[in-house]
Amino acid sequence: MADPSTVMEGLATAGLGTEPAVPLPNTDAARSRLRWNVPLVVGLAIVILSTFLAFAAPWLSAHDPLEIADASLSAPSSLYLLGTDQLGRDVLARILYATRTSLSVACLSAALAFVSGTLIGLVAGYASGLVDAFMMRLLDILQAFPALLLAIALVAALGPNLPNLVLTMGVLFTPRFARVARASTLSVRERDYVVAAIGLGVSPIRIMFRHVLPNIAAPLIIEASLTATLAILTEASLSFLGLGVQPPEPTWGGMIAQSTAVMSIAPWLAISPGLAVVFVVVGFNLVGDGLRDAMDPRS
Amino acid sequence: MNEPLLRARDVRKYFPVRSGFLQRTVAHARAVDGIDLDIRPGETLGLVGESGSGKSTLGRILVGLMTPSAGELSFEGREIAGLGGSDLRRSRRQLQFIFQDPNGSLDPRMRVGEIIGEGLHAQGAERDVRNKLVNEMLDKVGLRREAAQRYPHELSGGQRQRIGIARALVLQPKLVVADEPVSALDVSIQSQVLNLLVELKRELNLTYVFVSHNLAAVNYVSDRIAVMYLGKFVELASTEQLRRAPLHPYTRALFSAVPEPIPGRRRQSVVLKGEPPNPIDPPSGCRFRTRCPLARDVCAEREPGLTPRPGDANDHLVACHFA
Repeated sequence: MADPSTVMEGLATAGLGTEPAVPLPNTDAARSRLRWNVPLVVGLAIVILSTFLAFAAPWLSAHDPLEIADASLSAPSSLYLLGTDQLGRDVLARILYATRTSLSVACLSAALAFVSGTLIGLVAGYASGLVDAFMMRLLDILQAFPALLLAIALVAALGPNLPNLVLTMGVLFTPRFARVARASTLSVRERDYVVAAIGLGVSPIRIMFRHVLPNIAAPLIIEASLTATLAILTEASLSFLGLGVQPPEPTWGGMIAQSTAVMSIAPWLAISPGLAVVFVVVGFNLVGDGLRDAMDPRS
Repeated sequence: MNEPLLRARDVRKYFPVRSGFLQRTVAHARAVDGIDLDIRPGETLGLVGESGSGKSTLGRILVGLMTPSAGELSFEGREIAGLGGSDLRRSRRQLQFIFQDPNGSLDPRMRVGEIIGEGLHAQGAERDVRNKLVNEMLDKVGLRREAAQRYPHELSGGQRQRIGIARALVLQPKLVVADEPVSALDVSIQSQVLNLLVELKRELNLTYVFVSHNLAAVNYVSDRIAVMYLGKFVELASTEQLRRAPLHPYTRALFSAVPEPIPGRRRQSVVLKGEPPNPIDPPSGCRFRTRCPLARDVCAEREPGLTPRPGDANDHLVACHFA
């Protein structure tokens, strides 16, 4: 079937998945809204499933993640579904428990960055002028450092524990939200409804929170899910380097790091936590992409 | 006439034109270039001109949505051009603005009731007072009270413009500037909204400045009309005088373009050539001379002031050497 309109439609739909910056004609946007947003649904399913696994870890795992069995480095079996590590600890239990750490660090640090970045961006964008220039230059300094290097330095200085991880990564991700919030604020503050609010004598603070913030929420929410992805990867990297939540608490990065010495004889030790990282990261990414597709054509 | 409600003296608004890597100001666009105006209590003043003539900018300056680059502006004898912060916000109540585009001027994330009540909230009214006034205002602009719970996108264009009107009038302002309030609406509802504005003016004792390029609408609502060209007034007179005997060649051209309501009666039409000149670099002398059928040498040398026509007792002001 070489009907050109079908080909065009196929191209438009393909473009929707990868390049949302291309404005779509209204009819296509309406059609895609009616269709299932596959990335969003799959992504949400993964995120919800991981969250459930994290909460239900104590009931789902047959073994305690810290319990040391006689059988060290035993291959996956019916007793130990994903095998055991050097000390004879159940890998499945450790992965499930590590999900708690990963998700809480990711969500808390993304939330912290969301709040602080949005506030900074909102104020900078609305105030403009010197305030804007000053705040954005501060963020430039923060972004001038390689992210992981800065995280390593900060965690090493503060001490590797969960609150410090959240704080460090929260600060690290703040500029992402600040930039998105500022750019959106700059466009929204020129809209007539903001001018109208000024004309009614509404205070600047109320204008920022009642008029600007609700109208810039969409890109920020998309940014949040993409930042959560980055946070999971950063947390895994830090714990791989020994700067995450400290042993014996299980973390995915830490498990992969431990497995490197015995990788040739016990590959399951590296593969399963690696797959866990991929699974959750793909989930959050799909949510972010799906949200972007769902929200972009309308705005 | 007695004390004007709003008095503008030599009001100017220059927008900087920036260019180059350092964004240096290389020139100024003179959107409003020296306007003197007395707005009389209770009148409707029409402000007409082509797009780019500065009429919307002037309208925004009059209610304090923009600060003039130079000039004096006083409301009921009090200077308002220099006000800032909370003083400015308090004085907002008296001066309100109706926007052209009812889609862009209503916050899509707010309910109609909140939109109309927001000015009252900003002026410190309690919730029950606010609700009562919002409901009364909804009645006045001809919307059902249930509309307060709706979002703007659930309503039609005409209904949205009624919300914009309600939002401005609920504060009981003295002066209302309406910037092309019907030009974004379907022709079929333009007259409804115009009539609503006229009725509300009578009921609430308002003074209007009606900014428009729609001469038929301006003729219908205005007591006096000011004709703007490139940031300046070229003629200011009562609607009756302007319709009967426009003096400035630009006004003549504008009014000859209005369709004649009486069939068979023709007036000679004056067709202007070309575009308005660039406001960054207006012509010397009279700004209209480049398109004027009457232009002579004197027009390039001397700029005509806005003066009463010699021998005319009425206040019919015109800026032309030959009028």
